[in-house]
Amino acid sequence: MRAFSYERASTTEAAAKAAATKEGAKFIAGGTNLLDLMKLEIETPTHLIDVNELGLDQIEPTPEGGLRIGALVRNTDLAADERIRRDYQLLSRALLAGASGQLRNRATTAGNLLQRTRCPYFYDTNQPCNKRQPGSGCAALAGFSRQLAVVGVSDACIANHPSDMAVAMRALDAVVETVQPDGTPRSVPIADLHRLPGDTPHIEHVLERGELITAVVLPKPVGGKQIYRKVRDRASYAFALVSVGAVIQPDGTGRVAVGGIAPKPWRDEAADGELPNGAKAVTAKLLTDARPTEQNAFKLTLVERTLSAVLAEARG
Amino acid sequence: MQSPGALEISRRDLLVASAATVTVASASSLGHAQTNPPAASQSTTVGFTVNGERRELRLDNRTTLLDALREHLHLTGTKKGCDHGQCGACTVLIDGRRVNACLTLAVMHEGDTITTIEGVGQPGNLHPMQAAFVNHDGFQCGYCTPGQICSSIAMLEEIAANIPSHVTSDLTAPAEITAAEIRERMSGNICRCGAYSNIVEAITEVAGRKA
Amino acid sequence: MKFDTPATTNPIDQLKVVGQPIHRIDGPLKTTGRAIYAYEWHDPNTRYAYGHVVGSAIAKGRIRSMDVTAARSAPGVIAVVTSDGIGELKKGEFNTAKLFGGTEIQHYHQAIAVVVAETFEEARAAAQLVKVDYAEEKGVFDLAAARDTAVKPEEDEPDSAVGDFDGAFSAAVVKLDQTYTTPDQSHAMMEPHASIAAWNGDELTVWTSSQMIDWWRTDLATTLGIDKEKVHIMSPFIGGGFGVKLFLRSDAVLAALAAREAKRPVKVALPRPFLMNNTTHRPATIQRIRIGAGRDGKITAIAHESWSGDLPGGGPEVAVQQTRLLYAGENRMTAMRLATLDLPEGNAMRAPGEAPGMMALEIAMDEMAEKLGLDPVEFRIINDTQVDPEKPERPFSHRDLVGCLRTGAERFGWQERNKQPGGRRDGNWLVGLGVASAFRNNLLVPSGARVRLDREGVVSVETDMTDIGTGSYTIIAQTAAEMLGVPVDKVAVSLGDSRFPVSSGSGGQFGGNCSTAGVYAACVKLREAAAQKLGFNNADDLIFADGEVRSGDRRMPLTEAAGDEGLVAEDSIEFGKLAETHQQSTFGAHFVEVGVDVATGETRIRRMLAVCAAGRILNPITARSQVIGAMTMGVGGALSEELVVDKERGFFVNHDLAAYEVPVHADIPHQEVIFLDETDPTSSPMKAKGIAELGLCGVAAAVANAIYNATGVRVRDYPITLDKLIKDLPELS
Repeated sequence: MRAFSYERASTTEAAAKAAATKEGAKFIAGGTNLLDLMKLEIETPTHLIDVNELGLDQIEPTPEGGLRIGALVRNTDLAADERIRRDYQLLSRALLAGASGQLRNRATTAGNLLQRTRCPYFYDTNQPCNKRQPGSGCAALAGFSRQLAVVGVSDACIANHPSDMAVAMRALDAVVETVQPDGTPRSVPIADLHRLPGDTPHIEHVLERGELITAVVLPKPVGGKQIYRKVRDRASYAFALVSVGAVIQPDGTGRVAVGGIAPKPWRDEAADGELPNGAKAVTAKLLTDARPTEQNAFKLTLVERTLSAVLAEARG
Repeated sequence: MQSPGALEISRRDLLVASAATVTVASASSLGHAQTNPPAASQSTTVGFTVNGERRELRLDNRTTLLDALREHLHLTGTKKGCDHGQCGACTVLIDGRRVNACLTLAVMHEGDTITTIEGVGQPGNLHPMQAAFVNHDGFQCGYCTPGQICSSIAMLEEIAANIPSHVTSDLTAPAEITAAEIRERMSGNICRCGAYSNIVEAITEVAGRKA
Repeated sequence: MKFDTPATTNPIDQLKVVGQPIHRIDGPLKTTGRAIYAYEWHDPNTRYAYGHVVGSAIAKGRIRSMDVTAARSAPGVIAVVTSDGIGELKKGEFNTAKLFGGTEIQHYHQAIAVVVAETFEEARAAAQLVKVDYAEEKGVFDLAAARDTAVKPEEDEPDSAVGDFDGAFSAAVVKLDQTYTTPDQSHAMMEPHASIAAWNGDELTVWTSSQMIDWWRTDLATTLGIDKEKVHIMSPFIGGGFGVKLFLRSDAVLAALAAREAKRPVKVALPRPFLMNNTTHRPATIQRIRIGAGRDGKITAIAHESWSGDLPGGGPEVAVQQTRLLYAGENRMTAMRLATLDLPEGNAMRAPGEAPGMMALEIAMDEMAEKLGLDPVEFRIINDTQVDPEKPERPFSHRDLVGCLRTGAERFGWQERNKQPGGRRDGNWLVGLGVASAFRNNLLVPSGARVRLDREGVVSVETDMTDIGTGSYTIIAQTAAEMLGVPVDKVAVSLGDSRFPVSSGSGGQFGGNCSTAGVYAACVKLREAAAQKLGFNNADDLIFADGEVRSGDRRMPLTEAAGDEGLVAEDSIEFGKLAETHQQSTFGAHFVEVGVDVATGETRIRRMLAVCAAGRILNPITARSQVIGAMTMGVGGALSEELVVDKERGFFVNHDLAAYEVPVHADIPHQEVIFLDETDPTSSPMKAKGIAELGLCGVAAAVANAIYNATGVRVRDYPITLDKLIKDLPELS
């Protein structure tokens, strides 16, 4: 871990400004992903801005009937919130399927969205990785790729996004609120937050340098049966091979987002339209452009079968 | 505070550990000048309470809470198993909540109240959870054990506070204490010796006593 | 004490203390965080420096040059010791790959430098600044591709043959010929390798995490080129080992070199993501098994061949071992072949040989039972043997495999097993039952101890034996208490110190039986000395009980024998030829119920039972914990554990605890263990045998067989992950 200076920010505006003006600055909140990566010198900030005291830890109703979730609300508290458990079960379920009790106690809403891939080559600084070191190559393509992405990938990168929470947020059409370094707020629909790798896999989201996530807004409740099904090798404390987050209405319509298979939570509104036609039809649409490796091609079958089970459960 | 690193106390424990009387011989390097001390901007003074005692430390910003406890306060009961949040051996309680001490910086804990295994109970004065681990043989090598115990104490509090888990069947009903709930909620604490079956029995016993 | 005739009645048979369910005497220390592990020794008068390892970034080649300028001038840095800087170090007897020294790179993450600084943070940061220029060479990393290059290894018996296997197999009415693979596995113990080294003149003290004190002491002295007598090893608490701490590891070497260079004590811990490629692993195997039998189910021909790989100078994974002994059959052969691979060193992990061997053999037995239309329990019972099948004149000392199978079948409800694979549903779960035999040889290793009695009546035992979670502290205290007639809390046990008599150490499931037998031997001497001092000359009816020594009507307090100076006795157990005249092995049966998710193919364990026949159980609590722990490790081996080889770049890719998935709480149900009540007088005066590795052997196959029973899908390639099942699972509606 490289040496860094450290400050505790007292306002969001000051934090954003400091981050934009100080070379090599990064925000730290829960730290559960950032410190992990700093120890390996995958992340090498020279200045850390501790945002834990910014008071962004409330969950409040919005005038539109939704909820505004502060960026610093811990995963445990979000999952346990009565309103989330009642009206956004998908989100609660996704959060509880992720990490461990200890990690959820620290990990924050914003940090969860911005967590980085678990690709083992990204994690090993001796190996080429275009995401970690642009232009160095991708060792995963011809290497160990069982866990990695099958869709949305490029020749430069097949890393997947590890978040469970983001999958639920995607299905729920959440909107990310930020403050920019000049103090201007902006809203980014979650669909637009993460970028696909293309030739620049090191650029993972659309936020600018210094831009700070302040909240994630959930639209008003959509009802329906909300199911999050995470598939993994061991029964807990493991990243998803595939996860399916779905909201299914009594008439069979609904929405579905998939985790573990792409560089971002994967949803295609056109595929949602196929829900009444069953898992096969939805999967075909969702995975039209899939480019799996030999090792992770099973995920195509797994998505369809998992979705099939989810739909069966929704039908009750 | 305990004399650092010393093995305590009860007669039997002392007997078991009598090999611990050896001390490091070489003290000649005490006066060794530190070369290139870290820049002042890269260290911070932080104060927190550990096991009821107020501590103030000037730390390299990089120091994790885990290393602050182990290397600076010599509270080595909190274990470093992976240093990357992948095993749970470093679990401590911060303001009553369980946390991986390896994935948080010490300087981020100004004013916090921290409880480590040393503050949970002592030989001869075991916390009920520690006693239950002994009685159910909920450990073997002992290295994950402080983390398992801290985690289990906070985990029961989480159930009491109606925090749900991955296996909670009805999110709108109060959380319950079942074997499946305990197993899911304790899954962030790996025990490679494989004492899981016994650990669940130990926790179940303590939970039953509390209920 | 020479042990060369079977034990007769002795004081251990009283079983007042030995055999009793006594809680671990080190429990209060471990549960309160007061047990001190290697990295945690702290003397307030010492300023420790911190060493951080630098590992090779390539798998094979040479170091052209290393530039340590930046590292050396980094904040807080005291010294940088590099492998090309210090030249060749001698390699210890037990290591295959060099731990440090020289410019040749033998494997990924081989240690090539240690950076010493005032703080851990500074050492870790500076270690990243070491620049290395490598001349990379092409290596061989793929066992399957290298299979044809494998040669007969320099083992005692790489091949075995009895009768005419080929003839009998081709004539057999029912035949099986299948190939199974097991992956590289990692020990993944919870405490990473760590050492603190301190020099006092030319004397070196190392606090470390070692299963075998004397092996470490010898190999560290060899590596450093110093006299063994100058090396002092301390390892009273060990956070798990499972074989990876049997042999000297790089942290001890690096700490010693760094402390010499820094002229002060240095602490070195290997970072978790570095362990799996720096140290050793259980090597992958390819195993071909052929079994021929008659319609009656009697095996007439059995063959087991195994291929594995290792670095030059390494050995094979002896995966055929159990097949030479476990089942009857007149015509048999085994063979091991060894390929040269440039992966990290393959070496012992819990039950080396039998663990992967049983993973294959016990699936083969399940497949064969099905071909024969026999119940898998019955098929195994039909082929039981009470003699070494290769040497029928040589009996097993005691063998109750049949008892294990029958007891387990009854207790587990085996008769409820659906005989039609894929035929039982519980909601979304396909449910199946599986069985496997358990088998592991019992090994005998000399072991010494010193026992003291003081005037307070406290008995102190000193031996360099280790407790890696096995319960050594407790069973040694029980042994001394039984022998000298004192309560167990009057016994102090000190372990893991090279100043104590050399013991068996912890490995090969020999530690429990052998180290307590060594304590027994020392206690016999102490009894003799006490008796003599108390004037019980030549009495043959001596009883040590309740703090007294008794003969006839005369009784004397034991403390009187101690006097003011105390009494000391030292001895060791040496084993004669009983293991040659009798085959000593341990036996068991594993029963497992699994559920396989019909949609996703995820396998979850629902029930587990082990029945063990392994001689006298010295402490049913600690023995049971060994078995449930082994069962848990077996679940990992069945379902998730695999060090994935990058066949281009030559390293284990998933080298941390997130990517190498060992079981967590949620994977393991309540586990049942039954010990059959037996003794084995040929094994030692304790009449005990090993248990810690037996519990692992066969577990994974029982899981595999249960998965087959649940799904009808036979997977012969471990671990049995959902991707290997999913395409053959039933269509979903």
